[in-house]
Amino acid sequence: MTARGLCAIAAASLCALAVATAAGAADPPNAADLEAKLVCPVCETTLDQSNAPVAERMKLYIRERIAAGDSEREITDALVAEFGPGVVASPPKGGFGLLAWLLPIVAVAGGAVAVWLLVRTWARSRPPAAGERPLDPDLERRVDEELARFDG
Amino acid sequence: MLARRVRLVSQGAAIGLVVLLFALLAWSLVSDEGGALAAGSAAPDFTLERLDESGELTLSSLRGQAVVLNFWASWCIPCRDEAPVLEELWRERREDGLVVVGLDAKDFRRDALGFAERFGLTFPLVFDGPGDTVSPYGVTGFPETFVIDREGKVVDVLVGAVDGDEERARLRRAVDEALEP
Repeated sequence: MTARGLCAIAAASLCALAVATAAGAADPPNAADLEAKLVCPVCETTLDQSNAPVAERMKLYIRERIAAGDSEREITDALVAEFGPGVVASPPKGGFGLLAWLLPIVAVAGGAVAVWLLVRTWARSRPPAAGERPLDPDLERRVDEELARFDG
Repeated sequence: MLARRVRLVSQGAAIGLVVLLFALLAWSLVSDEGGALAAGSAAPDFTLERLDESGELTLSSLRGQAVVLNFWASWCIPCRDEAPVLEELWRERREDGLVVVGLDAKDFRRDALGFAERFGLTFPLVFDGPGDTVSPYGVTGFPETFVIDREGKVVDVLVGAVDGDEERARLRRAVDEALEP
């Protein structure tokens, strides 16, 4: 295949990717997805788990906004403006909320380091296995004699 | 030697974690307790956006007047029965120095305004969408009404709708007491 052919394929792939991305961005948000990401301010469970009056009202609002053509971001922002940042189930990726994202990573990394240290320490302090110790010369001689008797 | 130190550090960290978790559990149990504010306690101050007009309202700015602070929401069914009672009280006693404040919480502004229009509410309305004032007042459900005297002390707390004769009489008694100089 010529260089020109390769360039044409690459350009076509990029165009297809751009079209697919644009189509994805234009997709209307899914009400069920949003209801799983937003919290009922009264019962503090996600909307899809709640049938409290305010949760039902919020679900209706979400459907109205989707029908009006709002994006997921616009709907979420509008609900945050009414009910505050606590309406979003996941913590914000900034300020104090950032801790909730970072702490699990720090905990896993810390745990991995602790396990590595423990394993290394145990491996170093483990007494050598019996098989690794040199045999007593007398015992070795007797073993050889016994084996020779069996072989003979 | 190193193994012993690592083991000690691990054990210390594990014990520390358990203690921390117990402390968190105890703190959450204590902070969830309480219920509504008791009579005689100071009403927690707040500054909230006005719903019925532009600007904000600070509770402490009403010091010197008696306040009936009513927690409500447009989606709250009993609040519909109670709204006319509060409007009537406001009209009757405002000249005596009573302010009725409707605190709409965990609600849509638009719905709250529709509710106010439907029931012809003319007393000051404030908006607390996130419900930040709910916990300091120990509100467990809507509606809930706090009668606050001229000094900012809670005189009485009425849990549930003030719509029956008994509740109305109790509210009026508390308002009389709150209005005493």
